[in-house]
Amino acid sequence: MTNTTAPRAVAATAAGKRRVRRETWAAYGFLSPWVIGFLVFTAGPMIASLVLSFTDYDGIGTTHSVGTANYRQLFDDPSVAKALMNTLVFTALRVPLQMALALVLAMLLMKAGRASGVFRTLFYLPVMTPPVAVGILFLLLFNGNVGLINEVLGWVGITGPSWTTDASWVKPGLVLTSLWSVGSTVIIYFAALRNVPRELYEAAELDGVGRWNRFRHVTVPQISGTLFFTLIVNTIASLQTFTEAYTAFFGSANSQTYSNDAALFYVVYLFQQAFQYLHMGYASAMAWLLFLVIVAITLVQTKVSKRFVYYEGEER
Amino acid sequence: MVAAHHRTAHRILALVSVTATLPALAGCGGVSFADTESKTFTTLGYGMDDALASDRVDTARTALKGLHLQVNEGQFDEQQFLSAVAAGDPPDAVHMDRTLIGGYAARGALVPLTDCIKKEHIDLGAFNRTALTEGSLDGTVYALPDSYNSRLLLIDDKVVKQNGMRESDVRTDDWHALRTLAERLKKTDGAKLTRIGFDPKIPEFFPLWAKANGADLVSADGRTAHLNDPKVVQALTYAVGLINAQGGWGRFKSLRDSFDQFGAKNQFATDQIGAMPMEDWYVDVLADSSPDVRLATGVFKDRRGKALNWTSGFGWAIPRGTRHLARACTFIKTMTATSTWVHAARTKAQEVRDAGHAYTGDVTGNLQADRIIEHEIWKPTGNPAFDRASRTLFDISREGFAVPSNAAGTEFKNAWQNAVNRVLSGEQSPRQALDQAQKVAQSALDIANEGR
Repeated sequence: MTNTTAPRAVAATAAGKRRVRRETWAAYGFLSPWVIGFLVFTAGPMIASLVLSFTDYDGIGTTHSVGTANYRQLFDDPSVAKALMNTLVFTALRVPLQMALALVLAMLLMKAGRASGVFRTLFYLPVMTPPVAVGILFLLLFNGNVGLINEVLGWVGITGPSWTTDASWVKPGLVLTSLWSVGSTVIIYFAALRNVPRELYEAAELDGVGRWNRFRHVTVPQISGTLFFTLIVNTIASLQTFTEAYTAFFGSANSQTYSNDAALFYVVYLFQQAFQYLHMGYASAMAWLLFLVIVAITLVQTKVSKRFVYYEGEER
Repeated sequence: MVAAHHRTAHRILALVSVTATLPALAGCGGVSFADTESKTFTTLGYGMDDALASDRVDTARTALKGLHLQVNEGQFDEQQFLSAVAAGDPPDAVHMDRTLIGGYAARGALVPLTDCIKKEHIDLGAFNRTALTEGSLDGTVYALPDSYNSRLLLIDDKVVKQNGMRESDVRTDDWHALRTLAERLKKTDGAKLTRIGFDPKIPEFFPLWAKANGADLVSADGRTAHLNDPKVVQALTYAVGLINAQGGWGRFKSLRDSFDQFGAKNQFATDQIGAMPMEDWYVDVLADSSPDVRLATGVFKDRRGKALNWTSGFGWAIPRGTRHLARACTFIKTMTATSTWVHAARTKAQEVRDAGHAYTGDVTGNLQADRIIEHEIWKPTGNPAFDRASRTLFDISREGFAVPSNAAGTEFKNAWQNAVNRVLSGEQSPRQALDQAQKVAQSALDIANEGR
């Protein structure tokens, strides 16, 4: 008995190993498009840009090493500080506003019943609008003289500001415009809200918990993981904001003539340095500074999230 | 365990999101301009908007016998050009604003035309000297002029007369009187500005105001910025004051942005403007879109009363690395030749007249062609407003000045434009803004001229 079982067991083990090996290769096969894409289109250019950040590369002429000069210049260039501050202010205004609005809309969707499908589509449709069109839309809607926004404000007796020219109002205007594409976050929140167990609300209701406290103590903790995810993703997107501001203020010879320092976001300035002034080395250093800023902010957010984010099954 | 899994998943998600920032670091892709057979001759930055442009391409196509001419229509795109040059695959000829020539020439992106001029026997005397100098750097020609834009004063005669004034009252040599005129011609409706009295057209026309006050933005050799010269500061203070006297930049710019500039309801047709300096091509637009407008034209004068014409335009240059160097030279010579211009102008004039519009003339930067267009092709249309405009244009285009060519190109231009914008938006005083601009511009010039 033993004599006959042993070879079978060995054969079975060998077959199992072959299967595992096959599956492993299959897994690598399926992964390879992403891995190759990452290495060629992301990691490669990243390493290249790190090397270039220590040179005076201009895309055309001979390249020389400049040591850390580009990084030192980052601290002497007033436009870097200005662009970074503009970007941080924009992010600080946009992210909370976008999250709050998305959450309100998602909660309204929950109440929409069978019509929620239609509203989901309607909320998501603006996301399909090309960002370039949104940039143009900003100039039209927020024109201080004939724009729709000031027209509406005028109906209630408010004289609207010069959104597109007044340095104090340019960023708030762009933030409001960016809410146009709040649809993606709405859909994510809607999915998260649907996953909140109904019995928790029922139990809370039986205990006499009011609407606000149900939201605060049931809804928010239950979707806190999703909130955290959108916080990170939206923060990164805001720190990289480019197209709308570039289109409105820097994109064409004409708009560039009327550029506004208040809309000089970090990536816009990076683009100018790289492709207009041909300072590719310096622009690479700027990109690495932005990368470090994003990593730092993300790490802080991750650290802070430990106190606020609840994951299903987690014991506290 | 599940919670730990979730945490890990979210951290991975966060890291992936961070990784998603990398496209900002990666730059953008290039564009291929030459086919593998190299039988295609490509251009960048040229648009065939009218017969003057398309007819010349037809002529050049004949001159390039044996090659397929591919015109990539559209405005010159710096990113596209740079990517192509960096990839060693540039277009064969490039059409760009002459203010950019110095910057690209200094970096070695353009071929000096010295050999081309010699081999093709190009007569540089045929070109307008100012335009030719604008397309040169340190005395070497890098671009042949392909257009010549002048600035003249466009006046809404109806608005001026309605306010008890004459078109001769629109004078830029008397800054005090000009401000009074601007305040008088402007119109408001409550808090809204509904008509601009006089638009100084800053930031873009700032070099004109500086020159009118006796200053240049950069030295003649293009190496020393003069942006904080007291006369430049005074010019900016005045021009911004002119806007502030009409309600401030916010209201001014908002109204300007709402103009239907190319339509039948443009700012002259709807009396939304009293007067402004403007490029000559706009006369063409008005003739097409609103031929009945009561337009008057005048000459921009400096403070001593001398006629002043700030000129600009495009040029044809040959990028370094072109696969058809000799043919590129033939191409740019043909595109800018007198006979090519004259044939194209005749075609355009015919087309415009056939469509029932007024042909207001063209100024090309080629002096011989300009003389023929003025005396043989252009004819009075019977519309006194546009006939006078054409006459004024031909007269002022004989002389002009340009911002001296310099190695910092766009960076220099952006330095002064950004300074003007900072003052207009109230962020800085003219002195502060121009001091900052001087520092930026001079640093850019020094870096660009290093080793030259």
